[in-house]
Amino acid sequence: MYDIKELYEAESVRDAIRLRLEHPEAQIIAGGSDVLVQMREGKRAGKELISIYTLDELRGVCLDMEDNLRIGSLTSFSHLTKHPLIRQHINVLGEAVDMVGGPQIRNIGTIGGNTCNGVTSADSASTLHAYEALIELTGAEGVRRVPIKDFYLGAGKVDIRPDEIQTAILIPKASYENTCGYYYKYAMRNAMDIATTGCSVNVRLSPDKQTFERVRVAFGVAGPVPMRAPGAEAAAGGQPVSAETAEAFGLAVVGDINPRDSWRASKAFRQHVAVEMARRCLVESVKRCGGELK
Amino acid sequence: MGNVGKSVTRIDAFDKVTGRAKYTDDLCDKSALVIKIVHSTIAHGHVKKVDIAEAEAVPGVVKVFTCFDVPDIPFPTAGHPWSTEESHQDTADRKLLNAHVRYHGDEVAAVVAENEVAAAQAVRLVKVDYEELPFVLDPQEAMKEGAPQIQEDFPGNVLKHTSINNGNYEEAIKEPGLICVDKWYDTATVQHCHIENHIVFAQGENGRLVITSSTQIPHIVRRTVGQALGMPWGKIRIIKPYIGGGFGNKQDTLYEPLAAWVSQQLGGRLVKLDCTREETFVSNRVRHAIRSHIVSWLRPDGTFVARKLEAFSDQGAYASHGHSIVAKGMGCFPQMYPCPNIQADAYTVYTNKAVSGAMRGYGIPQAMFAVESHTDDICKALNMDPEGFRRKNIMPVGFKDGFSKNENYYDSFGQCADKAMAYMDYRNKYEAYKNQTGPIRKGIGLSYFWYNTGVWPISLEHSSCRMVMNQDGSMQLQVAETEIGQGADTAYAQMGADAVGIKDYRDVHVVSSQDTDVTPFGLGAYASRQTYVCGFSIRQTGEILKNKILAYAHELTRMPVDTLDVVDSNIVRKTDSRVLMPLSELCTEAFYSLSHSEHLTAESTYQIKSNAYSFGCCIAEVEVDIPLCKAQVTKIINVHDCGSLINPALAEAQVHGGMSMGIGYGMSEQLLFDPKTGKALNDNLLDYKLSTFMDHPHLEAQFVENAEPTSPYGTKALGEPPACPVAPAIRNAILNATGVAIDKLPLNPHVLFERFSEEGLINDPWREVKAHV
Repeated sequence: MYDIKELYEAESVRDAIRLRLEHPEAQIIAGGSDVLVQMREGKRAGKELISIYTLDELRGVCLDMEDNLRIGSLTSFSHLTKHPLIRQHINVLGEAVDMVGGPQIRNIGTIGGNTCNGVTSADSASTLHAYEALIELTGAEGVRRVPIKDFYLGAGKVDIRPDEIQTAILIPKASYENTCGYYYKYAMRNAMDIATTGCSVNVRLSPDKQTFERVRVAFGVAGPVPMRAPGAEAAAGGQPVSAETAEAFGLAVVGDINPRDSWRASKAFRQHVAVEMARRCLVESVKRCGGELK
Repeated sequence: MGNVGKSVTRIDAFDKVTGRAKYTDDLCDKSALVIKIVHSTIAHGHVKKVDIAEAEAVPGVVKVFTCFDVPDIPFPTAGHPWSTEESHQDTADRKLLNAHVRYHGDEVAAVVAENEVAAAQAVRLVKVDYEELPFVLDPQEAMKEGAPQIQEDFPGNVLKHTSINNGNYEEAIKEPGLICVDKWYDTATVQHCHIENHIVFAQGENGRLVITSSTQIPHIVRRTVGQALGMPWGKIRIIKPYIGGGFGNKQDTLYEPLAAWVSQQLGGRLVKLDCTREETFVSNRVRHAIRSHIVSWLRPDGTFVARKLEAFSDQGAYASHGHSIVAKGMGCFPQMYPCPNIQADAYTVYTNKAVSGAMRGYGIPQAMFAVESHTDDICKALNMDPEGFRRKNIMPVGFKDGFSKNENYYDSFGQCADKAMAYMDYRNKYEAYKNQTGPIRKGIGLSYFWYNTGVWPISLEHSSCRMVMNQDGSMQLQVAETEIGQGADTAYAQMGADAVGIKDYRDVHVVSSQDTDVTPFGLGAYASRQTYVCGFSIRQTGEILKNKILAYAHELTRMPVDTLDVVDSNIVRKTDSRVLMPLSELCTEAFYSLSHSEHLTAESTYQIKSNAYSFGCCIAEVEVDIPLCKAQVTKIINVHDCGSLINPALAEAQVHGGMSMGIGYGMSEQLLFDPKTGKALNDNLLDYKLSTFMDHPHLEAQFVENAEPTSPYGTKALGEPPACPVAPAIRNAILNATGVAIDKLPLNPHVLFERFSEEGLINDPWREVKAHV
């Protein structure tokens, strides 16, 4: 039994915007795998809810006119993982969200909800950061697109205006083409867990696969919001595909990230595994590109 | 004959798989009022005032009771048989609600409302003023002078201290040339995590209280409710439906007295209290964290000369099962590896934490982690082979314990180890893994375990059984030893069928639910006792019933009774094996005969004054990823000698469950408390790392079947033993893989990171740089 004050069910995106304006205190609910848990804990008890869960127009994955990948915000993790376009262009994202919770959560949980929570541990977040995703928000004034790094304002806080809902996540073609990536979720068990820290790397190799043309890496739980590691990217970008580069890349991570001590893990521990994860993710990404470390 | 020993299908399988089986909540009428508890938000202090005005104003709230409303009757909760000797009675140190709160999560007030939402809203609106007191979370800190005083009747916070002194430790260690191994071992606080949280509903009926509860021990709960409420025990009736696991947490009186008292205050209204998972973690029971200090003195040839054990058991805020747990662990210390000079001390110490009680293994998982880790540490110090050392020093065949009179009849340890080693290819792997280098290493580790069966002679052991024949030759069977998911009912049906001569165990209808008004008196499910103790009462009652059947058969057949038997549900003349009549025909006649009508029933109690050792071992293989500080169990086996198997498939399932719990205990589970507030940090199934089946390899369970001579069915303990040897086997495997001895549980990445850093397996250059600054 949940302590819900009122539940409003949006019939369209436009209707959702209207409900947002009419009920400014209301919380948006999609799959509910986080909202209902918080409600039960008493954190959001007694709140009004606006459900957007039935808006099928926000489901699915396609390529837009410019071949950018467009992921509807209500696309569930399990649908994302199995989607052919995801598999073809950004398989690492499908793999990352396949590590969320268990099968039931992956069936109900949505990528929009995962990002709108604004939590640093979200399994989709580091990969979306590493691919410089754009967040599409639709409001009374129209549609705006925000780079994901700007969408995250702070722990648990994202840039959604009072009249807006998140409608899609876009991966620009320039970002995903000719890349291969790898996500490592560091958790304390092999299923049903939250990331202690997560690392997503993607690389673009030169045609001869001897040089890193572009390297991107982002972390979850290395700071209050998901974050890129620019120092590490610079340490590997343009460098030869070699074990030395991988080593330097990993070590450079220490300067980029800012994990904290908590009862969940110490700062020293998170730093240690971040370096090792980054190195391993780079090595795996190279392998997936058909390259070989010298 | 021939139901026992077969892997027949559980009698409750269909109903449980299809969801037809009824659990407590399924049976509760929807009109029930809901009780929700207001828990203490401080670790220690006195409640000065409780303001309930706002809470009572919430629509749907019926009443709020506070710690100032409850009877001034301290009561014991442990699921032990009552003792009529005062010195053996459990400590009564809590009330229904407590004004002196002793842990973060203690019960301060109880809200009663028409629904869950109103109750939860009201709980948040109850305002409690406290006078805060200093608190202490560590048992050894709690023993120090000037530590906060937790229970008024126990100055110094020691609930109990007992010792064992054999030989002369101090003299013995003077022998020249001895090698000393001196180490400390820590186990974590863990929770049972049964699927069904504790739930109870209560209502008045004809001046009595009827309580339906998810419990392992209905007859014991009847007594403790009577004690807590100051009511005659006969006025209380406890009903126990199917339960979704207990593992010892429900071998305790939990919220039955509170629910009963609330119902009483409301004129007997039906009330229900359904614990949340958070409450289950913090405000039910946990397994005692025990810190053990073991000092062993050995000759260079690997013989023990003297040993010392000090064990400090973290009781938490209330006594519950108290000292029994660490005392059991200490009790096995001189037995498992006999040594002429032993000095052992066990302390059970109150702290301002969640209450520790019974949990699968009852002190032995903690003891085995200390003892069997220490055994490998000895082998490392002496450069001896762990398997050979164990074989040389383990309890010999013929060993007899003076107190329990338990006897080691067989070479169970050696036979179990042989099977496990063969399955794992132990010897080759142990040698191959000894001196590895590189980031990813493999290791293999062994642990034996000691266990026994039931609680005799520390406490009462008995079982009562009732058998009632039906017209068709089938029968009902009732015992008080509860089905708690382990499959006991099926074992009873198999034993009952063979005891009477019924062909098919499915013709033995075990009355699964216990009802203290109806079920013969008995103690419940705990101490791995059910199959053992019920074996005695089922065999005895079966013989009484069979004699009645044969006497009736004599009337019908005119054959002498001693030539008759019941075989495969027929009356058989033994002299020529001729079937004289089906049992069904005899029963129908007995029911309806106009000359001699008799309902064929039997009932008897058997008091058991024996106990039985139950031994075995675990071998685990691990892969350790040193840079990632992760160990993964890649292969594992438990081998048990629990006597003759009543149902091999169920026995195997029991071992699987125990191994899974052992892997969680070894690798990931730990209830954490905030040192600043005493609050539990991870009281949920996300942050508390219960292992999943993704964390397990195939769980191999094998058996050595040496028939237990004291048991009519040759059986002995299997419920708890599987959970006992797993953690030390994994720990010893990591030692084999990396050379690093890890002496605290769980063996999670945080601990591996700390230890690998200390031992130089991990060197983070940036951390050294920082250290220099």
